[in-house]
Amino acid sequence: MHGSTVQGATMTAITSNIDPRDPAFQANAAQLRTAVEDLDAQMARVALGGGEKARAKHTERGKLLPRERIRALLDPGSPFLELSPLAAHGLYDDAAPCAGLVTGIGRVHGQEVLVVANDATVKGGTYFPMTVKKHLRAQEIALENRLPCVYLVDSGGAFLPLQDEVFPDKEHFGRIFYNQARMSSLGIAQIAVVMGSCTAGGAYVPAMSDETIIVREQGTIFLGGPPLVKAATGEVVDAESLGGADVHTSVSGVADHFAEDDAHALAIARDVVSNLNRVKRMPLALATPREPLYPASDLYGIVPRDTRMPFDIREIIARIVDGSDFDEFKARYAKTLVTGFAHIHGYPVGIVANNGILFAESALKGAHFIELCNQRDIPLVFLQNITGFMVGRKYENAGIAKDGAKMVTAVACSHVPKFTVVTGGSFGAGNYAMCGRAYGARFLWMWPNARISVMGGEQAASVLATVRRDGLETSGKTWSTDEENAFKAPIRDQYEAQGHPYYASARLWDDGVIDPADTRRVLGLGISAALNAPIERGRFGVFRM
Amino acid sequence: MFTRILIANRGEIACRIIRSCRRLGIHSVAVYSEADARARHVRLADEAFCIGPAASRESYLRADRIIEAARAAGAQAIHPGYGFLSENEAFAEACAAAGIVFIGPPVAAIRAMGSKSAAKSLMEKAGVPLVPGYHGDEQSPAFLRAQAEGIGYPVLIKAAAGGGGKGMRVVERSADFDAALASCQREASASFGDQHVLIEKYLTSPRHIEIQVFGDTHGEVIHLNERDCSAQRRHQKVVEEAPAPGMDPARRAAMGKAACDAARAVGYVGAGTVEFIVDADGSFYFMEMNTRLQVEHPVTEMITGLDLVEWQLRIASGERLPLAQDEVPLRGHSIEVRVYAEEPEKDFLPSIGTLVHFSPPTESSALRIDTGVEQGDAISPYYDPMIAKLIVHDDTRERAIERLLAALRSFRIVGVGNNLGFLARLVDHPVFRAGEVDTGLIARESERLLKPSATVPDAVFIAAALRIVTGDAIRLISDANASSDPRSPWAATDGWRLNGALERQLEFRHGGEDRRVSVTRRGKGWLIDGAAVQVESDDADGIRCRIGDRTASYFAIPFGERMHVFDGSAHYALDVIDRLAHAGEDDHAQGGLVAAMPGRIIALLAEPGVTVDKGAPLLVMEAMKMEYTVRAPAKGIVKGFHYQVGDQVTDGATLVDFEAAA
Repeated sequence: MHGSTVQGATMTAITSNIDPRDPAFQANAAQLRTAVEDLDAQMARVALGGGEKARAKHTERGKLLPRERIRALLDPGSPFLELSPLAAHGLYDDAAPCAGLVTGIGRVHGQEVLVVANDATVKGGTYFPMTVKKHLRAQEIALENRLPCVYLVDSGGAFLPLQDEVFPDKEHFGRIFYNQARMSSLGIAQIAVVMGSCTAGGAYVPAMSDETIIVREQGTIFLGGPPLVKAATGEVVDAESLGGADVHTSVSGVADHFAEDDAHALAIARDVVSNLNRVKRMPLALATPREPLYPASDLYGIVPRDTRMPFDIREIIARIVDGSDFDEFKARYAKTLVTGFAHIHGYPVGIVANNGILFAESALKGAHFIELCNQRDIPLVFLQNITGFMVGRKYENAGIAKDGAKMVTAVACSHVPKFTVVTGGSFGAGNYAMCGRAYGARFLWMWPNARISVMGGEQAASVLATVRRDGLETSGKTWSTDEENAFKAPIRDQYEAQGHPYYASARLWDDGVIDPADTRRVLGLGISAALNAPIERGRFGVFRM
Repeated sequence: MFTRILIANRGEIACRIIRSCRRLGIHSVAVYSEADARARHVRLADEAFCIGPAASRESYLRADRIIEAARAAGAQAIHPGYGFLSENEAFAEACAAAGIVFIGPPVAAIRAMGSKSAAKSLMEKAGVPLVPGYHGDEQSPAFLRAQAEGIGYPVLIKAAAGGGGKGMRVVERSADFDAALASCQREASASFGDQHVLIEKYLTSPRHIEIQVFGDTHGEVIHLNERDCSAQRRHQKVVEEAPAPGMDPARRAAMGKAACDAARAVGYVGAGTVEFIVDADGSFYFMEMNTRLQVEHPVTEMITGLDLVEWQLRIASGERLPLAQDEVPLRGHSIEVRVYAEEPEKDFLPSIGTLVHFSPPTESSALRIDTGVEQGDAISPYYDPMIAKLIVHDDTRERAIERLLAALRSFRIVGVGNNLGFLARLVDHPVFRAGEVDTGLIARESERLLKPSATVPDAVFIAAALRIVTGDAIRLISDANASSDPRSPWAATDGWRLNGALERQLEFRHGGEDRRVSVTRRGKGWLIDGAAVQVESDDADGIRCRIGDRTASYFAIPFGERMHVFDGSAHYALDVIDRLAHAGEDDHAQGGLVAAMPGRIIALLAEPGVTVDKGAPLLVMEAMKMEYTVRAPAKGIVKGFHYQVGDQVTDGATLVDFEAAA
């Protein structure tokens, strides 16, 4: 089953040209470190869920907190790749840290599983719109990467004040159960551990699962809770006899395993996972992992303070890939797009990285390289730092749009797993060609210095100002420079705010904002997790020639 | 000299005899019971014979099978060791009848010393001092009282037919004698149907000192100095030393002479021990003679530099005693402790099990380990629970004590309870250090001797925590190595998280107190309870780690639900509280006390009110022509049964009122 190891192959190590004593390098490092510290602080804050009082109330009932539950579920000492911890950041008056849901990937008995854990300390674990989006994204990751799902359920169902944004649409609450049924049909195990309420629609999470565990005197499953029952039929019944662990494991059969407490339930869940009879088939030729030649901490100084300042993307590649070895493809051609082969944690990857704006030939080079990787079943890693495609008559007339389209087609139709890291700007059509969110990357992460929007704030302000000035001048009015600046400032501000990675992550445009120094590890975990799904061949669409 | 001998024993003494055989070029033949098939003495011997099942009376006490084995092996002699058949006249006779030399005294000597009362009158005739007393038939109170006055108070009144402490009275002064006598006679009469009593001098703080003697077939008898075995627990020797503290040459000569006289009186040949009881004023009285090699003989070997087994063999083969009395050396001081498989804090209850970890200190000319076990061996319920003898030697008693303490503290045993900590506290006790041990010391000081150290050093918790996290890491790595994706970053063991490494909370309990230890991976090391910890090596020599700026070695050995930590000065058994593991591994326990289907009760197996262990059968019912046993879902008490044998029960009927132990 083991992939063969690439041995004796000679690869070329990147030679780094940085000077850590350079004041610019140090200033860059100071700025990015500050951003990373803020990221850590934000994550530490949201990790506390619904606050001290709610946590105390939760633990007093003998229940474990969601992160404790996850820790107990996973193999002791093993990693956990949390997904989108900043979901709902700045939304709903910041009342839903992590969107009230902890999701991520970790190992149980040596197998990667996807964990979805409600945080009952956040508004009783109810589903805000971003909670639903986060839950669905986690399921999408499970589906694409064929990861067994373990739902640690402790939720009051939909957040009723926002029911219109949670309940009715295609990508709303109902989709959770649709996904469960579809995944189960594909043999992707669905396991629920009922550790609190599962009311109304929520009752379907355990009911739709392949195997369900329920905790005594904590877990309840019912379509209508005691108040609703009383209102509807007049029957007075307590929660435990309506749908508690004893009832469901001995009478109704809605749940399969009776657990004494949270810890017991999680131990049973581990046993359930150990009985899945899964085999992770290795489709790649593995190499022996090697650390890069250069420390990841250099990344802080390499990334310029100002996104408009150019830098050599190879300096970043050198700090992510095994042994800093990078076999560049078409190194002499279309130098604004760097492509080549490398290994990350021993997994072969094809890297597509921006080193300037995209020209027609950059797009052609990119499309060629992406086809190569698909030909060879090599996963693709996109390192985005793109302001966009070149514009202007010369380029439009030369057909840059059709060349850009070729790269977008190649990215969209790739059958190999794709991974995207936004290391700087992610603007306009460059976002599409470089496997932005819409292009089906298995995982997409952003660095804290990254910015994402349809165009840069300055360009947007200028475009809108030009349109406005044209309008004013057509009607014979004048527009002073001061007036123009006053017009542009809020647009710039809006773009700056909306282009910030926290804003993006809050809305699930990515799978998390990461410390640049963690990039190699996060990519390795993502690639390894993705290999749970077989790499299946597909076809490319029509390339406009 | 013999060329082939059979050793009719097991355990450490068999191993010790084989050691001398090896050195002397004598072919050794072991015997073993089925339980000992893989025992150390069998592994060490040149050849070995199985002589029967585990129970001693069917193996090691079977003279016929042993002699048969000796014949089959062509052994010229049999060494009986101690215990088992070593003082059995019939066996000695059977050996002689089979033409095999019994390595021990003549049958007559065994017989003479075998009966305590007969031996005493023999000794009296030989002029060996006995405890003053009256053992005669005249039982009138006035006469007995006169005897007591003659002996001098305090005196002991004992039922002549007595035993086990029944019918015994200590009388401190004359005024109390009559009442004590009457009560003793009543008790003797009631308990033994015989109100005869005897009167003896009562020694208030007696010491047990014994003399090692040797006789040869040429009529020579010498002694090899004394041993002090006063440290006893219920007449069981725990620590033995030589020479006896406070012994002077004159008294040694006097006791030695008395011992040799005793041996001569019975025509003694070979190794024997004459035991004396010694009063605070130094007067000594004959107690008994052991006609065999003693457990504690190594201390004599250490101070004389002699091999007593070699002497036994030489004498049994007819040679003369190798030394004259005035040539017997006496150098330095030696102490032996007996390491037992027992639970001192549970009233020394014997402990059985497997020696999961067994690492005695390293042997040298000054430190000797006599043992019949190795790591992985079992301490079985069939035989004596002694694990090993630890013997040290040094120039002075003080230095020997320090050497012994150091050895006890570096001795590591996990898997069975043991008395290492108790022994260390005993040897370290001021009274022991002062050399003023009497046979009552352990009983008087039991509280102090049984109390383990109250405080556990932080480093011990750190070592325990390290063992757990490194154990987890090893499991993760071995799981990964067995997978198709062996070098996956998912196999990392550092508890990586997006926002820094996982902080694990481990929980331990010691002496009724809970202790939480937080562990976080920090680079290549760990942060444990705020201290930076680097593991420098982790192998058979323990975990060597740097905690802050101190580097030291620890052994942390998980066994059962405990982590055993040795820090070089003590052994700590910490309960590991695993909040995940508490979880009933048996999730069917619930509802197990109700009838699963209609049926009939056919047996009630538990006694209401009596604590039963988890899984104990409580009742049996019959349904659908099958028998079902209802078992205890946890340790607890049956409060009552709802049905009687023969009752028909319906599906779902509650059968037992069970209360789980808290």
